[in-house]
Amino acid sequence: MSLLDYFRSTKKNTASTAKERLQIIVAHERKRRNGPDYLPQLERDILEVIRKYVDIPADQIAVSLEQRGDQISVLELNVTFPDDKR
Amino acid sequence: MAKIIVVTSGKGGVGKTTSSAAIGTGLALAGHKTVIVDFDIGLRNLDLIMGCERRVVYDFVNVINGEANLKQTLIKDKRTDNLFILPASQTRDKDALTRDGVENVLNELAKEFDFIICDSPAGIESGAMMALYFADEAVVVTNPEVSSVRDSDRILGMLSSKSRRAEQGLEGIKEHLLLTRYNPERVEKGEMLSVEDVKEILAIELIGVIPESQAVLNASNSGQPVILDKDSDAGQAYLDTIKRLLGEQVPFRFLNVEKKGFIKRIFGG
Repeated sequence: MSLLDYFRSTKKNTASTAKERLQIIVAHERKRRNGPDYLPQLERDILEVIRKYVDIPADQIAVSLEQRGDQISVLELNVTFPDDKR
Repeated sequence: MAKIIVVTSGKGGVGKTTSSAAIGTGLALAGHKTVIVDFDIGLRNLDLIMGCERRVVYDFVNVINGEANLKQTLIKDKRTDNLFILPASQTRDKDALTRDGVENVLNELAKEFDFIICDSPAGIESGAMMALYFADEAVVVTNPEVSSVRDSDRILGMLSSKSRRAEQGLEGIKEHLLLTRYNPERVEKGEMLSVEDVKEILAIELIGVIPESQAVLNASNSGQPVILDKDSDAGQAYLDTIKRLLGEQVPFRFLNVEKKGFIKRIFGG
């Protein structure tokens, strides 16, 4: 059995898959946690508006609110348009 | 000045109560007067792990409601000096713990004890929030497994925003990572997140690594905190953890697969 395992080990191990998945989801959730409560709804509303004109999937839009100094907050909006929709 | 330490995790079943029992007992063994408070209202279990389930007369909620005083309610551990347990109530009323009530009890305990260990329930409901609210330090118990790591990260968010220290703009809760049920064999095979992986994701200081061990079930079966099983790997790993919690520098053990000797390789074991 262990000999068989040895030859099979070319497959990517599950621990590194777990780590990658965690890094992505944790970063995502941290960003959300630090933002105001209305941010997810704002993100959905903006997505709806854009979808009136261009059909883009939900994960192609990112809204973030960044605090710069005491006075200024910057709302950053990133929308990736699919190649054929430009 | 008493130090309040919450043992928390978000996810259930990762070893919060086992760790609370071990940490409380370890601190008491080191000569510090310690009380372990069970915050898991409705699902009391610390008493079983500590082996004092038949000595519970009054509970945390009785004290809050003024139906009993602390002296009547605290259970003195029979094996370890300086150690007391405040059992949770078995009431089904989730809101039995009020913030003022908890604060009064903790203030009262702080006059008597050096360490107050708050054994948090799982989840992020009011019981868990209450357990962490007054904490000075937090031990975040995590298994090397995706859902546990993610939930620990959520709890870290709560610790830094929903605690008294955060609300009053004081210095933040000191956070420690306690990795439990660690299996070096599986890590070596690439089947389990390594210590380094979890440290990198959660980005908090590591206080201990407890190996997956037969000793833990044996200990809970007999109602004896595993740290008293000094010959066991888990017991020793908890003893190391206590030393670190008290500020000592101790090298980490049980992180690598034990190389089997010649005899063991032939005869197994």
